[in-house]
Amino acid sequence: MPIKMDSDLSRFHKIVRGKVKKELRKFIANGELLSRKGDKAVKIPLPRVEMPRFQYGDNNSGVGQGEGEVGDEVSQEQSEEKKAGDQQGEHGLEAEVTLDELAQILGEELELPNIENKGKDTVESSQVRYTGIHKKGPESLRHFKRTFRESLKRSIVSGIYDADDPVIMPIKADMRYRSFRRLNNPETSAVIFYMMDVSGSMGEIQKKLVRFTSFWIDTWLNQQYKGIETRYIVHDAVAREVDKDKFYRLREAGGTLISSAYALALDIMSRDYPHSDWNIYMFHFSDGDNWSSNDTNECIKMINDDILPYVNLFSYGQVESRYGSGQFYRNLSESFPAHDRVALAKIKDQDAIVAAIKTFLGRGK
Amino acid sequence: MLGLDTKLTDELNYYVKEIEQVARQSGLQPCTTIFELVDYKQLNEIAAYMGFPTRYPHWRFGMEYEKLAKSYTYGLSVIYEMVINNDPCYAYLLRANDLVYQKTVIAHVFAHCDFFMKNFWFSKTNRKMLNNMANHGTVVRSLINDLGHDKIEEFIDCCLSVENLIDIHAPFKEKKKFDREHVDTINTDKLKLQAKSYMDAYINPKDYINAKRKILEDSHNKDSVLNAETDEQDVLNFLLLHAPLKNWEWQILNIIRSEAYYFAPQAQTKILNEGWATYWHSKIMTDLYPLSAAEIVDYCDHYAGIVASSPTQINPYKVGIELLRYCEKRWDQGKFGINYLECEDFGERQNWDKQTLKGRDKLFEVRSIHNDVTFIDAFLDEDFCHQHKMFLYDYDHERKTYKIGSRDFKAIKRSLLDQLTNIGNPVILVKDGNFHNRQELLLQHKFTGQTLHHSFTLETLKNLYRLWKRPVLIETADNDGKKRIRYDGSSHRVEKI
Repeated sequence: MPIKMDSDLSRFHKIVRGKVKKELRKFIANGELLSRKGDKAVKIPLPRVEMPRFQYGDNNSGVGQGEGEVGDEVSQEQSEEKKAGDQQGEHGLEAEVTLDELAQILGEELELPNIENKGKDTVESSQVRYTGIHKKGPESLRHFKRTFRESLKRSIVSGIYDADDPVIMPIKADMRYRSFRRLNNPETSAVIFYMMDVSGSMGEIQKKLVRFTSFWIDTWLNQQYKGIETRYIVHDAVAREVDKDKFYRLREAGGTLISSAYALALDIMSRDYPHSDWNIYMFHFSDGDNWSSNDTNECIKMINDDILPYVNLFSYGQVESRYGSGQFYRNLSESFPAHDRVALAKIKDQDAIVAAIKTFLGRGK
Repeated sequence: MLGLDTKLTDELNYYVKEIEQVARQSGLQPCTTIFELVDYKQLNEIAAYMGFPTRYPHWRFGMEYEKLAKSYTYGLSVIYEMVINNDPCYAYLLRANDLVYQKTVIAHVFAHCDFFMKNFWFSKTNRKMLNNMANHGTVVRSLINDLGHDKIEEFIDCCLSVENLIDIHAPFKEKKKFDREHVDTINTDKLKLQAKSYMDAYINPKDYINAKRKILEDSHNKDSVLNAETDEQDVLNFLLLHAPLKNWEWQILNIIRSEAYYFAPQAQTKILNEGWATYWHSKIMTDLYPLSAAEIVDYCDHYAGIVASSPTQINPYKVGIELLRYCEKRWDQGKFGINYLECEDFGERQNWDKQTLKGRDKLFEVRSIHNDVTFIDAFLDEDFCHQHKMFLYDYDHERKTYKIGSRDFKAIKRSLLDQLTNIGNPVILVKDGNFHNRQELLLQHKFTGQTLHHSFTLETLKNLYRLWKRPVLIETADNDGKKRIRYDGSSHRVEKI
C-alpha cells in the first residue's frame, strides 16, 4: 500500500514525546497525574494538540433536540458512540508511554548519566541452546530422524533401495547430530532498599512525597538494570521488613531509631545479596528526627563502616514535616561532606522532587 | 488505487450495478463511481488523510489516525462511509460490514456523488483533486528532502494555523489575477548587463546581481502592498501576493490554500449533503429497491444509529433528512406560495393539501442551489422547529451543567445560522497591508457578538508574523469594546480603540 501513515504516526508520537518531556517536571511533582497501565506503561494526560486559529472562544450555547422544559438540565451524556459519520468527540490527549521510554525522557530532561556498572567481567550465567544440525558430534546427540532421512536419500539416489526389503544402513556420512550454542548472559542485577521512618511525625503528605520520588527512582533504575529487586523496610523505634503496599500505608506512633533500619538492611544484604554480585542501592526517607545523638553517631558509623564499602549509592531524602527537626540531614552532611556515594536531599514539597531525583541519580552510580 | 486486493466481490459488484440503475432511474446523476473494499485499518488511514492516501506528510494525519484507530478499537465509532469528490468519484466500503450495510452505503454514496456533481457550491471544485493531492504530496516530499523534515513541517503548521482565512465565496467571484512575478522567479537575465559569455562573470558579478535583485524585490513588495486591495477576505491570497515569502514557502502556502478551497464546499453543505444522501439511501432501501423482510431489521437498527440525535449537538444526518422530508411534504401538499404563508388559521394550515405533488421536483431544486445556510434559512420554520423539539441550550455556571435556555423559534434559528455562517469561522478581513506606513499587516475581525479565543488568537498572530515578517495586528472586540492586538515578533500588546 502506498500509504505513508507510519511516518506521520511517528512524527506525531515525536511531538507527544516532546510534550511529555516539556511537562515532565510537572508530572514529577504531581505523580497522581500518571495512571499505570499494566506493568509496562503509564498513561499521561496531555492537552489536545491543536492548531491555533482565529476561532470563536468557548461557546457555551448551541442548538439541541429533545424533550424538556426551559430550564431543565440537558443530559451531558453525549451520544457520540451511536453517531455515525466521521465526527469525533473532543477529548484530551492521553499519551501512552512505556516505562522504558519514560525513563529515557527522564534521563534526557534531567541529564542523568547512565549508571556505571560495578564492573563485573565474570560471566554470570550461561545457557545452552540447541540451534542446528551438524555432521559431527557425540553419539548422545545423534538426531535419529535426520540421520535416517539422509540415509534413505542416499540409498534411493544410489539405487540400492529396495522397496520390498527396505533396509536402511546408515554410513558415517549420513550421521546428523544436534548442535548447541552456549549463550552467555552477562548479568547485572541490582537491589533497591527503601527505608522509611513511619513514626508519628510522618504524615500523609510526607509519604506522598516519598511515593512519588520512589516511583521515578524505580523507573530510572529499572531501565538501567534488568531484573531489579526491591525490599522495603519501615522503622520507628524498631525496624521490620514489609511489602510495597504496606510500606506506603503503614503508620505507627512512637519514637525513631534510625540505626534499627540500617541494621536490618545490612542483615538482609549479607544474607540475600552478596555485594560481589549485586549492585546495591539504599534510599532512606525520614523527617530528620532521631531518638538520640548516640543513635545518630551509631548510624554514621554503620554507614561508614558497613554500608559505603559495599553499596553503589546511599541516599537520604529528608521530607519536611511539622514535627521534624531536620537534624539528621545536618549530621549526615557534616559527616560526609563530599562523599561520591552519599546523596543527600531535602524534599520540602512536591516541587522539590525533581531536584531530589537529580541529586540521587545524577551521579551515575 | 490501492492495488488489487481492494476489488469488490462479484456479489457487491452486482449490487453496485443494480443500485446505480435504480438511482439513475429516479433522477440522480452521479458520475462514474469507483468502489474499493478495504479493511478497517485501511479505512482509518484513508479517513485520517481525509480521503486522500497520497497527501503530503504531516503529523496531524498521524494524530487523526491514532484517534480513529483507538475509537474503533474501543468500539466508540465506526466510519460509516467515505467518498471523495473527484471525477471519477472514489468510495470505500468496509470489508467487515454485512451485506445490508454495504447496500445502504452504496446507495448513500451514489446520492453523495450526485450531490458533488450537481450542487452549485461544488461547481467550482477541482475534479482532479486525487491527482492534485498526489502532486502536492510530491512537492512537499521533495522540499522535505531538500530542506529537512522539521523545517517544512514547522512551516506547514504555521500555514495550517491560518488555513481558515479564506473567502468561501471567492471561487464564485471574478478571478483576480496573480500579478506577482515571484521573487525567486525574477529572471536573472533581465538584471544582467549584456556581455559575452566569457566576460559575464566580470561584468555581472554575483553580488551585484543579488543587490539589484534585492532592490527590485523590495520595490516590488512595497508597490504591491501599497496598491493592494483591502477588505480582502481571502487573507491567504493576500499573503501569497504580498508577503515576502521564499519560493518554497510560497509553494506550501499555495498548496494549503488550494486544499482549503477544495474542502470548503463540503463543510458548507454538511447538513444538506448528508441529508440528501440519507434521504436517498432510505428511499432506495425501503421503496425503490427494497430490502427483504429479513434484512429490514438490520437496516432499521443501522438507520437508527445514523440519525440518533444528541441533546447538545445537531446531527447533520438527522436534521438534513428531516428537513428535506418536511420540504417534500410541503410541496406535495401545496403548502407554499402566498396563500399558504399568509394563512393564519391553524386548522386550515394543518389540513392544507392541494395535491400539487411537486415535492420531488422541489428536492432536486434544493440540492442544486442550496448550501446549509440558505437551506436552513429557507426551510426551517416554526412548525418544523416544534415538531422536532429543537431548543437552545446554554451553560449554567452555578449548577455547572447545560440547561435548556429557550424554545423560541427565532432564537434557535438565529443561533443555528450563526453557527453555520462562514463554516463556523469568524469573518476576518485584511484592512491594510501597510498600516501606519510601516508595512504592518492589519486584519479586522468582523465582530458579530462572539469573541475570539484569546490564547489561540495570540498564537495565530505569531504564525502570521512568521509569514508576513513584519508586525501583525488584528482588530476585534469583546464585552469591553473594541480592541487591537499587535504582535511585533517578540511580544503581544493589546490596546483599546
